Amino acid sequence: MEYLIGIQGPDFVLVAADNVAASSIIQMKHDYDKMFKLSEKILLLCVGEAGDTVQFAEYIQKNVQLYKMRNGYELSPAAAANFTRKNLADYLRSRTPYHVNLLLAGYDETDGPGLYYMDYLSALAKAPFAAHGYGAFLTLSILDRYYRPDLTREEAVDLLKKCLEELNKRFIMNLPSFTVRLIDKDGIHDMEKLPVGPK
Amino acid sequence: HMCMYVCGTASEFDRDSAFHFLFPPWQCSRKNRVPTLFSSTFSSLSPNQQPFQLSHGTTTLGFIFQDGVIAAADTRASCKGLICCPISQKIMPIHSHLVVNTSGSSADCMLWEWILTHEMRLYQLRHRKRLSVNGAAKLLSTMLHPFKDQNTKNVLSTFGGRSGPRVCYVCSDGLQLKGEIISVGSGSPYAYAVLDDGWRWGMTVDEAVALAREAVFRATHWDAYSGNNVDLFHITAHGWRRRDREDLKEEYYRERERKSKKIKEREKERQKREGDELGEGDIYSVHCG
Repeated sequence: MEYLIGIQGPDFVLVAADNVAASSIIQMKHDYDKMFKLSEKILLLCVGEAGDTVQFAEYIQKNVQLYKMRNGYELSPAAAANFTRKNLADYLRSRTPYHVNLLLAGYDETDGPGLYYMDYLSALAKAPFAAHGYGAFLTLSILDRYYRPDLTREEAVDLLKKCLEELNKRFIMNLPSFTVRLIDKDGIHDMEKLPVGPK
Repeated sequence: HMCMYVCGTASEFDRDSAFHFLFPPWQCSRKNRVPTLFSSTFSSLSPNQQPFQLSHGTTTLGFIFQDGVIAAADTRASCKGLICCPISQKIMPIHSHLVVNTSGSSADCMLWEWILTHEMRLYQLRHRKRLSVNGAAKLLSTMLHPFKDQNTKNVLSTFGGRSGPRVCYVCSDGLQLKGEIISVGSGSPYAYAVLDDGWRWGMTVDEAVALAREAVFRATHWDAYSGNNVDLFHITAHGWRRRDREDLKEEYYRERERKSKKIKEREKERQKREGDELGEGDIYSVHCG
């Protein structure tokens, strides 16, 4: 029912998440933010079981910030992704596994932009584009067709809009609005929320 | 072995009646599985099966507006089909500016209310200031985390000093939300419908109280597990105030009377209008063609 998407460009990463917080059949909140800022240039998008998402994401967030306080410099996105994966894997075979699906997006000075896909079994993959949720079934082929490694920012936003239009058309759940953020060498930028009107 | 019992029932139908055309084979069901289209049609077969996970037999709600917070709840405590207590209290004041509504097993609710009260008092004594509502919600959420299966939900309504009116939803599965309108319980969909329709930030106190009351009333009408009376708390900067408990049974009859009076008035008006129109011209005028 929840949806996450990420698109990596040559020098940026564009990520979007839906804004619905639901409980059984009721939409309890329409403006819920599913993105967690790990550092100035790393975002963690987290969906999954109700309490696990916030608990796990905040745990990772605080640990990344603690690393910065102890060592004076921030974790790179690759390091943060691997740290997250290790924690998820450790909890997986404990009595309290976390059922969360994640997208980690970040910008590194040396390596450039990076988008990491992680699922609840702690499988980690660096990907040029990725999506989570039932909506992924509908949008991955659109991303396949139109994605190019040298997308400009406008083209990436247009590609994102195409995906969200398809969701609006064919997905059974009503996802009225999406938070969109862009990460590049200057940090995390909030872009305008995408409300895709009904067709 | 739950699966096998279910399969046995299906095959009886196959042999004995034409029902086997209507009912596709049963799926193995866990207690809290996601409902499918098939399972919803079977709710008539087993009386305890529900179309979707109806969370607890209650209606509680909380919302904020320009003059504070309103917290309202019904007073029926049910146990499957029996009303265990028609006059239970579901809204518990924690301190002068914080009130918590709970839904779920009554015993669990009372326990968590008590624990939250004394934890907050301890915090206040140790740190010489009151815990904010975000802090209280986080505290409750952390305390509930080891008891995830317990399935209690809480709505914390508060009027904080700096933060103003706040209402916060805490669920034992870990979901924690801040919002403007929160409703919890099996009657919550009905309450949401009324609240979404009538809520405005600039409501007066009377309007807000009337809205909350109506929301609980509608929910108690449609939901079997909510009913009896309605409790209402209004929290402002000066603390909480409690409105007298009101029996909703009377309200149903009063509303019926109001509606029938209104229908009679409209009937009279309509007749008067038709009488005027007829009287305007001669009956032998051009209208009769």
